[in-house]
Amino acid sequence: MIKLTPLIGKTIRVLSRIHGGGSALPGLVVEKIDPNFVAHCLNQLPYGVVVISGTNGKTTTTKIVVELLTSQGLKVFTNKSGSNFIRGVASSLIADIDLQGKLDADIAILELDEAHAVHFVKLLSPKYCLLLNVMRDQLDRFGEIDTTADMLSEIAKATTNGIVINREDPRLLKIGDAQAQKGKSIQYFGIEGSLRKYFVSDDDIHEKINKINTGSDRPEALALLSSISKSRVDFMINKKHFSTDLQISGIHNIYNATAALALAKIIMPEAKTSNLINQLAKSRPAFGRGEMFKIGDSSLELVLVKNPAGFRLALESYAGNKKQVLVAINDSYADGRDMSWLWDVDFLALQNSAVSVTGSRAYDMAIRLEHDSIEVQNIEIHIPKALKSLISSTSSTQKQIYCTYTAMLEIRRLLQKYTSVERVL
Amino acid sequence: MKKNELHILHLYPRDMNIYGDNGNVLAIEHRARKHGLQPIVRKYNQGDRFPRQVDIVIGGGGQDSGQLKVLDDLHRIASKLHKLADSGTPILFVCGLYQLAGHEFVTQGQKNMKGIDLLDIKTKAGDQRLTGNVVATSREFGQLVGYENHSGQTTLGDYAAPLATVIKGVGNNIHDKHEGARQQNIIGTYLHGSFLPKNPKVTDWLIATAIQRKNPDFKLAAIDDALVEQARLITMKRPR
Repeated sequence: MIKLTPLIGKTIRVLSRIHGGGSALPGLVVEKIDPNFVAHCLNQLPYGVVVISGTNGKTTTTKIVVELLTSQGLKVFTNKSGSNFIRGVASSLIADIDLQGKLDADIAILELDEAHAVHFVKLLSPKYCLLLNVMRDQLDRFGEIDTTADMLSEIAKATTNGIVINREDPRLLKIGDAQAQKGKSIQYFGIEGSLRKYFVSDDDIHEKINKINTGSDRPEALALLSSISKSRVDFMINKKHFSTDLQISGIHNIYNATAALALAKIIMPEAKTSNLINQLAKSRPAFGRGEMFKIGDSSLELVLVKNPAGFRLALESYAGNKKQVLVAINDSYADGRDMSWLWDVDFLALQNSAVSVTGSRAYDMAIRLEHDSIEVQNIEIHIPKALKSLISSTSSTQKQIYCTYTAMLEIRRLLQKYTSVERVL
Repeated sequence: MKKNELHILHLYPRDMNIYGDNGNVLAIEHRARKHGLQPIVRKYNQGDRFPRQVDIVIGGGGQDSGQLKVLDDLHRIASKLHKLADSGTPILFVCGLYQLAGHEFVTQGQKNMKGIDLLDIKTKAGDQRLTGNVVATSREFGQLVGYENHSGQTTLGDYAAPLATVIKGVGNNIHDKHEGARQQNIIGTYLHGSFLPKNPKVTDWLIATAIQRKNPDFKLAAIDDALVEQARLITMKRPR
């Protein structure tokens, strides 16, 4: 049976793509007939398996790490479809293995949702892991932030060779300390004190900004984001200064790039940092994460927002004057059914933009904006109609869409009618 | 004491702020202004001085760890809260503080938490997390909509009346279809969403009850709730 697994998986993959089915279906089937399939395929890799997890930034960070390592000559396997459940990994594997079940790769870089990562590390131990942050997200699935932190702790425990941790996240620092006491190797990425104000944790959102710790009581960072100006970004890597332009936009995405640099340096200590930085300069945003489209004379920016911290950072990074903005809020299972999170985001940054709302919870969003005295120009539940009027509007050539996950997928699909869109799922 | 000032006491915004309960404070402020009042919000965290002027008290949900962090201080200010409640001050407690406003919260494994006896309710940790959209019918406020996310199961004593009866969702516990509690001018509920923005009748009741104690002639203004009505209708139709 197990010998047949690759063939069965590949057949289902072809069939489901013909029928426009979901990216995880072949993985789901293979998981059912052969639960050890994923571990079996990945255990063969010489550089082992690397897990990237945390609430925000998994997809962007994974994409950058893959690009950094590939540029250094490694053959990298990844679940690049943003399908970050185990069956998503299985689906990606089915596409890449040969019929003997052999994967032609040196290393696997996997983006895993926190809950699935816990199951995954029971199947096989990652050599390295990168833990990005713990934010309030999907509480309808996980219940509490502390529960999510416990899940990340499980990943760290299972990791054999090295753990990379965001030193600005107090819950992760605790996990790092606990693992360090057990003799594990911990490395950190971080941000200069003066930039920390942009990364207000959920514990601090109701505190005054000036109370936030800007001191230097944190462990030394292997990769540090030291400054961002309009055109340039400065990093300190291994205490050496590097400066570069980036195509990736948004403070949070640039911080994800910092995390990616730290991880790449640990996996390949022999790689020259300047080469990694040169590659980073070429990296483009991951799909729907500040992704930019050109439609006629207008630019359209697609920004995924999933939770309060992510939405706050997105507004901090992308909101600007005279932009035409569409906010698309769905409440499917993948988005989270609870709308409470919208009330932990401050929308004042949109006060000089022309804002419309769409999605299954367009009216919830409209009420939220009303409470921040942001005028809503149009409420249209139906996303295709709302997108059409955004694109045909001539009031601004700078257009932005802030959207939840399923809204983002729908909008990317619809955008194919207007411009070229890279197929990712 | 200015007649049109509305002093809102927001309890423990630092540690009991999960699930968007800050929206309840925003909703009271927003609506109070529409009624011609001047809302003044006082945030109260552990160790702060308890304010002298309080017209409305709002307390939100939190993680188990947040509840433990505020518990001692909550007992420190319990007599002040009792005094406010006894004098008719309207109070809204959501989720975590709703549980602690009762007699006790019996947790699993951890130490039990003794409540401040403002509400005649008891809560016991259940082994399942109750999450999803809720629609409930209240005699006072009509249909209530919200989102529940809790594992504690609450039962009412003789002095507390249910706030509403659940039509969709679970509410206080898996047995009796009750959602929330009413006692004096206190409302306790498990509903987030945030609760008040989509249940303006409750917001107006809190405001009117508060302000009429200072100004018996106060009348609520007519507010156009078309948007809120749409949001409520959609919420009622969404899957659990």
